[in-house]
Amino acid sequence: MNDTVDARGLSCPQPVLMTLGKIKTVKSGTLDILADTETAKENIIRASESKGWEVAEVSEEDNSFKIRIKKG
Amino acid sequence: MKKNVFATSWGIVAVGAIIGILAPLLQKLGNPGNMGICVACFERDIAGAVGLHRAGVVQFMRPEIIGFVIGSLIAAYLFKEFKPRGGSAPFVRFILGVFAMIGALVFLGCPWRALLRLSGGDLNAVVGLLGLAFGIYIGTLFLKNGYNLGRSQPTYASAGWLMPLTMAGFLALLFVFPQISGEAKSGVLFYSQKGPGAMHAPLLISLGAGLAIGFLAQRSRFCTMGALRDLLLFRQMHLFNGILALVVTCFLANLAFGQFHPGMAGQPVAHTLSLWNFAGMALAGLAFALAGGCPGRQLFLAGEGDGDAAVFVMGMITGAAFAHNFGLASSPKGVGPHGIAAVFIGTAVCLFIGFTMRNRG
Repeated sequence: MNDTVDARGLSCPQPVLMTLGKIKTVKSGTLDILADTETAKENIIRASESKGWEVAEVSEEDNSFKIRIKKG
Repeated sequence: MKKNVFATSWGIVAVGAIIGILAPLLQKLGNPGNMGICVACFERDIAGAVGLHRAGVVQFMRPEIIGFVIGSLIAAYLFKEFKPRGGSAPFVRFILGVFAMIGALVFLGCPWRALLRLSGGDLNAVVGLLGLAFGIYIGTLFLKNGYNLGRSQPTYASAGWLMPLTMAGFLALLFVFPQISGEAKSGVLFYSQKGPGAMHAPLLISLGAGLAIGFLAQRSRFCTMGALRDLLLFRQMHLFNGILALVVTCFLANLAFGQFHPGMAGQPVAHTLSLWNFAGMALAGLAFALAGGCPGRQLFLAGEGDGDAAVFVMGMITGAAFAHNFGLASSPKGVGPHGIAAVFIGTAVCLFIGFTMRNRG
């Protein structure tokens, strides 16, 4: 089971704050981040990539996005 | 997934540049000085147009605001981003909107106008922007310490339509009760005979510019508060590049249109009380940061179905009514009789919200 960050329904900049917070804690591995708007998805991708994490997959389900990011 | 070109680095720069041309153009065609677009001032003018306040010099149903919401709605539907949602502490957001407007009216502009005033040579805007950055910085401290208004929930599509429909209703009023030369009122709408409310570009041009900006800003996620916040919080330049492009383009356009007049004294719809320019914008900045978007962004979010943003917008319109009814708003002569008290009260309320609405861990 990957670590999951549920950022659905949260106002800017919570999704990025939560993602960066988790990235800081785990430092490497695979993370699944859930978001429910395109804007949050774009912001999470941009923030993750700025910290050297790679976006492995973006899937859409039930009107939300799951962004899988990987490092190491 | 389809690529959103407007949300790329160059995309947001292009959007900033387009806004930076449209705003001074609107001024050239009749909008007030250094006020081609001002979300706070224009929502205040709308409050006046419908009689929520009776300050005769600032009453006009601004088509730009209507265009922002409907342009965003069009973009959201075209690209399948219309997401009706709401329920994240709406009354808190309403109160934040009230005090964001009050703070902005002490400075005499929202962040959009602060950037336009800077581009027009109004050096008081430097002070205002420093205040805005300070207020946003305080907001980031709360954000880093767990401040969170809670999750919104998906809701009915028709719930998400209500703000666009409200704006469409305002537009209908403009057509049903058009301005009559020399008349302070036309049917139910108030129309300023003098002052900033009497200065406006032609209706269809204002509406068209508003629609274009609403569309582009929704696609690019343009946000003047987020630009400073992300720089302070994450050292990220993405949104900031958009406002940089706006300022540079607007400055050049102002030069071309003869609208650049550097200095502090005698600037259009502005005062030189630096402390209150700083403090007013600090209050506004804090409120925008706690609400998750600048006043323009809140309109674009409302257009894409965000009911919480719609509530913030109504808070701003209500705040404008209080501001003019209670003498909180500034004028070129200086701060209003109770403006200073309002800044203290508003700051206290926003700090209260920031401190008490945190979930630790």
